[in-house]
Amino acid sequence: MSGDNHIVFDDVSKFYGDVLGVNRVQLSIPPGITTLVGPNGSGKTTLMNLMTGLVQPTRGRIRVLGIAPDDPERLFRLLGYCTQFDSFPKSLTGFDFLYTTLRLHGEGHAESCELSRNALERVNMTEPAGRRIASYSKGMRQRIKLAQAICHQPSVLVLDEPLNGLDPMARSETIALFRALAREGLHIVISSHILHEVDRISDQVVLLSNGYVVAEGQIQAVRGEMHQEHPLQVLVRCTQPGLLAARLFAQDHVVEVKMHNDRQGLLVSTRDPDLFYELLNQLVVEGAVELSSVAPADDDVHSVYEYLIGAAGGGA
Amino acid sequence: MKAKLPWGLWWTQILAILRLEMKKNFARKRSIPVYLLAASPILLYAAHAFAHARGWNQCSGQQDLTEFAGVFQLYVLRLAIFFSAVAVFMNLFRGEVLEKSLHYYFLAPVRREILVAGKYLSGLLMTCVVFSLSTTLSYLLLMGHLRMTAARALAGPALADLPAYLGATLLACAGYGAVFLILGLLFRNPIVPTVAVLIWESILVFLPAILKKVSVIFYLESLCPVKAPFRGGGALFAVSADPTPAYLAVPGLLMLTIALLVLASLRIRRMEIRYGTE
Repeated sequence: MSGDNHIVFDDVSKFYGDVLGVNRVQLSIPPGITTLVGPNGSGKTTLMNLMTGLVQPTRGRIRVLGIAPDDPERLFRLLGYCTQFDSFPKSLTGFDFLYTTLRLHGEGHAESCELSRNALERVNMTEPAGRRIASYSKGMRQRIKLAQAICHQPSVLVLDEPLNGLDPMARSETIALFRALAREGLHIVISSHILHEVDRISDQVVLLSNGYVVAEGQIQAVRGEMHQEHPLQVLVRCTQPGLLAARLFAQDHVVEVKMHNDRQGLLVSTRDPDLFYELLNQLVVEGAVELSSVAPADDDVHSVYEYLIGAAGGGA
Repeated sequence: MKAKLPWGLWWTQILAILRLEMKKNFARKRSIPVYLLAASPILLYAAHAFAHARGWNQCSGQQDLTEFAGVFQLYVLRLAIFFSAVAVFMNLFRGEVLEKSLHYYFLAPVRREILVAGKYLSGLLMTCVVFSLSTTLSYLLLMGHLRMTAARALAGPALADLPAYLGATLLACAGYGAVFLILGLLFRNPIVPTVAVLIWESILVFLPAILKKVSVIFYLESLCPVKAPFRGGGALFAVSADPTPAYLAVPGLLMLTIALLVLASLRIRRMEIRYGTE
């Protein structure tokens, strides 16, 4: 584990009285977009609150780019956290909210104004910034919280369900913003229930269930470790599906082959995708089949989530 | 070698906290009872002067001054400032927990000790402004009234007592402020600790000398320039037959205040954001 460029959880547990928050978490989060996935109560928010010092670990050690969460003076110069709490200091406008945050960071008046305007622009909130937050819609409140988290230009951004309440257009713009920030080298840690969007934006995922980390890493790598228990499903559209099916049945690693209703393709389940793709290449080179498309059917977050957490998870 | 402490940054942060908190302290609905409590003595002395001017009552100047001391010690210090400190200081953190907005402070690069200092100063400024005005205006009304009576010669020397009344007012805000700041951090329900402190401050006459020092009113009574006319049942409110001199009372109260603020800082360092279970 390289401490100073990673967010590190070293054997971290958190109990709320007798209730388990997270248990024995061992994680090292690199730069890029990391998504925490799990049902309600799985420990996503607890992990985020632990790395930002809002709650303290019962045991274990946490370091965010080498800084302990109980050192707010250093930590929050480089970290911004958009929490799930939909509440704000009373009577503030959107601009005041950001401006006050920046004054708390010790910025002067001119810098605070400029940084506030920049952040508002990034989340498309320039126009309503002069209005009181109390008059904002759910989506606008979500965006102003996001602006508050990024206004001091942090290196680590922690976002708890940041897409909640956003309409499809705002959601798409926000995802583009996350990507742009990740390209700038930021650590972005997101929790989300919206699995197909997690798939679109994540460089790596951390799957949580009942306070335990059940899997972590790039989603394809996580999926790869599950092939014995959950064979990979691949959709193949080709000219000779019958011939292909016959060749595949002769392979030990192929568990199941299903013909499409239109007899133009197959759904293949295999425990060894490498051998399967090798055979497919060989058949194409031999001219036995002509492929129109090949695509894995269950190597996305949703499938991995279903396999690992499944019915027990529920909430996501 | 010790690293240089960032005093400039801390001061900027305290000013930023004050800017945010002062707006809230002065403008929120919760402050209306504070304004009413502070306005009561002004209205009382305005009514007293008005009644005298219309010839509805007769009073001697010396009696007025003694009664002012009684009103100040029994009402202003023990009730008005006491309950205003409950309303203002107890809600500095507790109010933010109820409104689920405390995390914004915890997510800023601000030491929690600085947060305690900033919030305490905001409450102190608010209560000091309101009750200094109240004490000054009610005393000036009394002086104006005295000038219209046969005891007008008393008005000049009595005016010299105003700084002592003001000093006691400011120290009462500071002392009770610190008491209710820490209690607001320790208790979810404000009623139980408030009643407990009220009882403690009211039974000092029965307590041994060492325990009297762990109270705010013990020091304040010593600072009042005129002895209050506690008689009959009111004698229970006389804290001590032998008051502490001012040169000990002021540092004593300031030390008590600082000790309570240190405790508040230690408490808030361990505080977690768990709005659902707070």
